[in-house]
Amino acid sequence: MKFDTPATTNPIDRMKVIGQPLDRIDGPLKVSGTARYAYEQHDVAANQAYGHIVGAAIAKGRIVAMDLDAARKAPGVLSIVTAESAGKLDKGKYNTAKLLGGPEIEHYHQAVTLVVAESFEQARAAAQLVKVRYDETKGAFDLDAAKSGAPDAPSDEDSPTQTSVGDFDGAFASAPVTLDQSYSTPDQSHAMMEPHASIAQWEGDKLTLWTSNQMIAWSVGDMAKTLGIPKENIRLVSPYIGGGFGGKLFNRADALLAALGARAAKRPVKVALQRPLIFNNTTHRPATIQRIRIGATPDGKITAIGHESWSGDLKDGQPELATQQTKLLYAGANRMTSLKLAVLDLPEGNAMRAPGEAPGLMALEIAMDEMAEKLNMDPVAFRVLNDTQVDPEKPKLPFSQRHLVECLRQGAERFGWDKRSAKPGTARDGNWLVGMGVASAFRGNLVMKSGARVTLGKDGVVTVFSDMTDIGTGSYTIMAQTAAEMMGLPIGKVKVELGDSSFPASAGSGGQWGANSATSGVYAACVKLREAVVQKLGFNSADAVFEDGAVKTGNRAVPLTQAVSDGEITAEDTIEFGDLDKTHAQATFGGHFVEVGVDAATGEVRLRRMLAVCSAGRILNPKSARSQVIGAMTMGAGAALMEHLVVDKRRGFFVNHDLAGYEVPVHADIPHQEVVFLDETDPMSSPMKAKGVGELGICGVGAAVANAIYNATGVRVRDYPITLDKMIDRLPAVS
Amino acid sequence: MKSFTYERAGSPAAAAAAALKTPGGKFIAGGTNLLDLMKLEIETPRHLIDVNDLALDKIEPTQDGGMRIGALARNTDLAADARIRRDYGLLSRALLAGASGQLRNKATTAGNLLQRTRCPYFYDTNQPCNKRQPGSGCSAIEGYSRQLAIVETSEACIATHPSDMAIAMRALDAQIETVKPDGATRAIPIAEFYRAPGDTPHIETALETGELITAVTLPKPVGGKQIYKKVRDRASYAFALVSVGAIIQQDGSGRVTVGGVAHKPWRVEAAEARLPQGAKAVTDGLLANARTTKDNAFKLPLVERTLAAVLAEARA
Repeated sequence: MKFDTPATTNPIDRMKVIGQPLDRIDGPLKVSGTARYAYEQHDVAANQAYGHIVGAAIAKGRIVAMDLDAARKAPGVLSIVTAESAGKLDKGKYNTAKLLGGPEIEHYHQAVTLVVAESFEQARAAAQLVKVRYDETKGAFDLDAAKSGAPDAPSDEDSPTQTSVGDFDGAFASAPVTLDQSYSTPDQSHAMMEPHASIAQWEGDKLTLWTSNQMIAWSVGDMAKTLGIPKENIRLVSPYIGGGFGGKLFNRADALLAALGARAAKRPVKVALQRPLIFNNTTHRPATIQRIRIGATPDGKITAIGHESWSGDLKDGQPELATQQTKLLYAGANRMTSLKLAVLDLPEGNAMRAPGEAPGLMALEIAMDEMAEKLNMDPVAFRVLNDTQVDPEKPKLPFSQRHLVECLRQGAERFGWDKRSAKPGTARDGNWLVGMGVASAFRGNLVMKSGARVTLGKDGVVTVFSDMTDIGTGSYTIMAQTAAEMMGLPIGKVKVELGDSSFPASAGSGGQWGANSATSGVYAACVKLREAVVQKLGFNSADAVFEDGAVKTGNRAVPLTQAVSDGEITAEDTIEFGDLDKTHAQATFGGHFVEVGVDAATGEVRLRRMLAVCSAGRILNPKSARSQVIGAMTMGAGAALMEHLVVDKRRGFFVNHDLAGYEVPVHADIPHQEVVFLDETDPMSSPMKAKGVGELGICGVGAAVANAIYNATGVRVRDYPITLDKMIDRLPAVS
Repeated sequence: MKSFTYERAGSPAAAAAAALKTPGGKFIAGGTNLLDLMKLEIETPRHLIDVNDLALDKIEPTQDGGMRIGALARNTDLAADARIRRDYGLLSRALLAGASGQLRNKATTAGNLLQRTRCPYFYDTNQPCNKRQPGSGCSAIEGYSRQLAIVETSEACIATHPSDMAIAMRALDAQIETVKPDGATRAIPIAEFYRAPGDTPHIETALETGELITAVTLPKPVGGKQIYKKVRDRASYAFALVSVGAIIQQDGSGRVTVGGVAHKPWRVEAAEARLPQGAKAVTDGLLANARTTKDNAFKLPLVERTLAAVLAEARA
């Protein structure tokens, strides 16, 4: 099905199943421990052996020699894989660094060896006997130092890295009120609960990988390219994923090394990345340094807005797109954005939940707060005043839907924004300095081609098959809801099978496109299934209604099961998107409101309340959507207050590479969170009229926290995370 | 993890004797720290002596009105003990500020005292660390040192001791009872238990080879307001940036021990005499010889401010 004209009324609009806050259909499996994650697929292949990875001990250089003798002789060892023994390997399209390093080492903890043994303990013990001698060379590890020499990030037609509209320099220079500030965000780790893990089995030249992966079709293609075998010879299975956040968009070392280990050991092999390896072996969100300039009239109209961002990555890597939202969020006739990219020899930078907007808004939305203060305006009013209903770089391009102002206004009212003291450092509750902060949330709405197959069984149960993944988001449930709504069935009459490359290729989980795109794929397949059913039953398809397990026209009603009395019916289709995202800017919006307490003595920041008001099209399931948003708000709070991969600039690695050193929020850090979704639909987006929310929820949160801290203390910190050491010398004396 | 042999000890003295007999042997109780370190081969004992069966888990009054806490008393049980809560509130509060419920259920009193540093370089076997590998150098001094020590450091090591419990024990003047391999027993005042890093940061305590902690005794209660304030980046399940354990009497006198600043619970009795003059006076004495890095210089004002807050709470 091609979606190239705005959606009209369709069966989804009935909202009998869609839009209901249903429990997850996979919930019982999850809470009873019977949802099998990659490493737990004990029974899919007999005689599984265990692999353990050795990571490089240097950031840059070459392996001079490897001594594998002791490891080879260790108890239980079956085989050892190195780049030398693995034979010729290509590199995946989505990988910047090789998944198996050697002799050249591109980053710290790049995998250099896999030891396969009968037991996990034997594999680990033997891996620790591997001795590698390196010739270490000097690398570039310091973004601050590399900044001045960093060139423009490479542009392509769809996403230019340098943009300019009007006369930014002139308008900024002549603006009566201006702001010119720098902000920085650190490297961050996805730090998902489930480590990257894979089990590989070869049957002849055919490989099956049970893994933990967000994007099945991409990863099949990349594994085929890496191994130099046809795509058809690879089956990837990833039914449950214990968090990904972008860290599992691509194959990682566990998948490749499980495949190579299984080939070498001639047995199925399972490999999980050990936790201390994850921070340096896999991808991370790159650090940024951002400069923001805003010029405005005295009454608060933005006349010039400029956003530059510097980030680093390995050679041939990519920039963090931190200027992305600034192109679209606020009005202003004169504008510029610029992305610079330095070559750094740190581990590979890549997508992490809302790449671009998450760190970009952490800077932009502090700048907006600072500007509002300079203008002596309320920060909500300043944002509302500078709203735009068109793409400000292309004023002829309207937004399909844009309710940012409503989000901010409704949020302000619900949060009690009017009780905020405009003067920083003046509200106190016992030993706590109390403050409120606001930020806009913005995240583009991407759509991706997505397929599904649906089968109506003789028992009247519809089964959905798709390689779509559920990374803890609720994909199973919303896809079941879609099929139930389309076929006029209760959700209990729908089954969903996901995450298997033998099923139709879907959008996968990334960029918050998954929910809208994958359910649209189910919609398309169900349209075909309905046609087949109607034809079978001899109805005139135009006026057939599917409801209550029956097909109805006029006063004729036939049970759905009658259509399958002589055999099940299967239909398959793929939703493909036309150019509605070219004729209309599509995005999701929100307002984040945060109240913090700052310990007046120690400077410890503790959140007191959080509210997000979101505008994201039709909400397919308010319960799972809320879970997405509160999870994202939690991650945003972590980004604001604690998450920080610390670079050792001498040796080029992230020092705090475990969950004790890399802190993410715990329950005690997160207060009451409220989420409100505006009641809306966006017919430009898809037949589902939905958009994504999983990334919107993190966008802006960090800045709302930062602004609340400023409001509480009068101390402005522009360098994330906002830890007490950055404030302590500016806090009031302790009485 | 290196292969190791394992035995269950039948008595404290037998455990100590076994440890002497097997070089590279270690006692294991809760295992909450040791097992993690063994998996990463930061600790590589060849032999483990399991002391869990030694019935050293009692918490009971001593003849002189204090308490004897068995070496195997679990952190959860110790924190919840009604007598500890009533008479040694500082200890209970410090315990509950540490780790997580699951860890406290397993962790023992002696194991808590003996836990190793959380310096990130200690945890990465690719990096030099004098504590892990004597003579290899210290990566932390010119590296990432935000969590690390500012007093009694050396050129060889700036690690901190991460225990919350030990801060309270130090303020309470605990004594550590041990048995040696020859069966002799002794009591070591906690002030003398931890060593400064000096040139040998891998030697952390006064314990001799094979010597086993059997109990920790507390003198009779000293009353006062007992406050433990732990400062950290997240609200739970994090090691202290600094912590202050204080016992403040009505007349303003008292005791102060600081965590997160040294290789041991940091207490300077002479500085406590200045308590009536306020937090700055005490901190100036406590941290007189501090040597900070760019990353951890904030601990100087932080200790003073945290102590000021504690003193204000004590007055309230």
